[in-house]
Amino acid sequence: MLAAAVDETVVDQLSLTTDVNPVIDVRGAIKRYGEGDASIFALAGVDLKIMPGEYVAIMGPSGSGKSTLMNIIGALDIMTKGEYFLDGIEINSMDESALAVVRGRKIGFIFQSFNLIARTTALANVELPMAYQGIKKDERRKRALKALEVVGLAGRVDHEPTELSGGQQQRVAVARALATRPALLLADEPTGALDSKSTADLLDLFDQINAAGRTVVVITHEDDVASRARRVVRMRDGKIISDTLNKGRAA
Amino acid sequence: MRFALRGLTTNKLRTTLTTLGIAIGVASVIILIAVGNGSSKQIQASIDKLGTNTITINSTRGGFGRRAAASGSSSKPLTVSDAVALSSPINAPDIKQAAPITSASGTCTVGTSTTTPGTFYGTWPSWFEASNTTIQKGTYFTNDDVVQGRHVAVIGATTATDLFGTDNPIGQVMRCSGIPFTIIGETSVKGSNGFQDGDSLVVSPLTAVQRSLTGYNSLSSIVVEAKSAKVQDLAQTEINTIMDAQHRIKSVAKRDYRTLNQASLLATSNSNSSVFTVLLGVVAAISLLVGGIGITNIMLVTVIERTREIGIRKAIGAPKAAILSQFLIEATILSLVGGGIGVLFGYIGSNFKIIGIQPVIVPASVLLAFGVSVLIGLFFGSYPASRAASLRPIEALRYE
Repeated sequence: MLAAAVDETVVDQLSLTTDVNPVIDVRGAIKRYGEGDASIFALAGVDLKIMPGEYVAIMGPSGSGKSTLMNIIGALDIMTKGEYFLDGIEINSMDESALAVVRGRKIGFIFQSFNLIARTTALANVELPMAYQGIKKDERRKRALKALEVVGLAGRVDHEPTELSGGQQQRVAVARALATRPALLLADEPTGALDSKSTADLLDLFDQINAAGRTVVVITHEDDVASRARRVVRMRDGKIISDTLNKGRAA
Repeated sequence: MRFALRGLTTNKLRTTLTTLGIAIGVASVIILIAVGNGSSKQIQASIDKLGTNTITINSTRGGFGRRAAASGSSSKPLTVSDAVALSSPINAPDIKQAAPITSASGTCTVGTSTTTPGTFYGTWPSWFEASNTTIQKGTYFTNDDVVQGRHVAVIGATTATDLFGTDNPIGQVMRCSGIPFTIIGETSVKGSNGFQDGDSLVVSPLTAVQRSLTGYNSLSSIVVEAKSAKVQDLAQTEINTIMDAQHRIKSVAKRDYRTLNQASLLATSNSNSSVFTVLLGVVAAISLLVGGIGITNIMLVTVIERTREIGIRKAIGAPKAAILSQFLIEATILSLVGGGIGVLFGYIGSNFKIIGIQPVIVPASVLLAFGVSVLIGLFFGSYPASRAASLRPIEALRYE
């Protein structure tokens, strides 16, 4: 049953995989905070290309610029200088309202602190981004229920965040991210607030999602999380210092 | 919409208090304007009781005002023949009737009970209609009573109570300044017009009062009733023409009489009470404004409290307009519900007498207060809402 649900998303993904465009194409990204002498370079020239279906971990200590890069990839922030194409769309020149639309359609976010809307059922949380896209109620409900089934929470649709464990909340967040059928699943320290059992479950879920063809980018500083990815990008001082394939998993 | 509602139910006490602020504002607008309106209606009603179509003619002879001195010895008193002339249907087509009045004073007694009527008139039966006075017990006196000079009297409720307590006064005899009068009728209660008790009243046939108390020389006034309020100005002109002819007056400055028009009294009191109503309305509008500021305040707090939620919504693709409308809807619901409760309070509150005035609701004020409260919700809610909508998602997400 679970596999069947994932298979459908594979069909959905096929249109993307036939596309030659990379999902993420960042060229010469510079992000500077402040003006003049006091300015700090959070990104000091980053080039990154991620192809459809890839599973990439971005690693680095705090202050390395990985959060800034994630904000830029996630269209939450724009770079000072450089170019960024998300699924073939030029992002850097967009205004805030256009960025909101791009975020809704192209990116599924997963945050360290889950960021579910409080006092709102799991189902309503998963439906919310689709509501902002103007998807009809019936379709919304169908897709939300399917997504919750994929993450294994079919029996918890009417629970509010406070009635769910951390691992379950994060899986609701994954369902919310998947339901919009985004080009990219972007996870920022997704296991940072989870115990080891929930972490393992979540990483298994990511494997499954990626195996179904979805592009997954995980920002993390934990080696065991990064080891599940097929490609690891390491950052320091606003630059990429290594970009390697994970031998054990690249097969 | 659903999310906006949820935002409101999250903090019920706060929502209730904010709603209450608007409700009080709206209710006070409705009630205070109703009080103003009620007081104006009350003044109008008491003037109506005097008879709105009536014009009273007084003599300026005998030292009343400057004209008395100017007119000198040539001035004439008001006489019965003036009243007869004013009653002429040919010369005065717009006058329905005229009634001469002689005003007596004195104390009336029955056994050991005494009263001093505020008004003691000798007049014609036409006075009753001209002055809008009706009988609740017994009968009016007739023209025949006037011709015969019968000592009969119609008395007011206060006079009746003073003299007879709860007993029926009809058929009883009272003595006024020693002269006996048989009581044949009691007038309906008029109430006070603010200056004097309209029910402290004795009315008798003109001839009877003249013969025994005031003499035949002069009248105190003549009450004229116009055919309708519309022709009052025409009636006024006719009065002037007839009276000038009767008294041989050559110029307006030499007139030895003056007229008092109820319509002008009414206009004055109406303008007074509308000033009163406007003042009350302004006070109420201020409280509505304060209620509106309450909404802004609460919405600002709500926005700050939900900064993180706004961040999440924006991160998952909520456009600016969606956030804006969510908070605007929330503010509008607050003011809408507050306005509704206020209207309810207003209607309930208007059922009670306030400082002796029965409020009369002005439908326009209800619409206005309700409409303004909704607009206030939109207006005062728009600032916090636009602040929420323009929050940057990364900053909002970082907010704890």
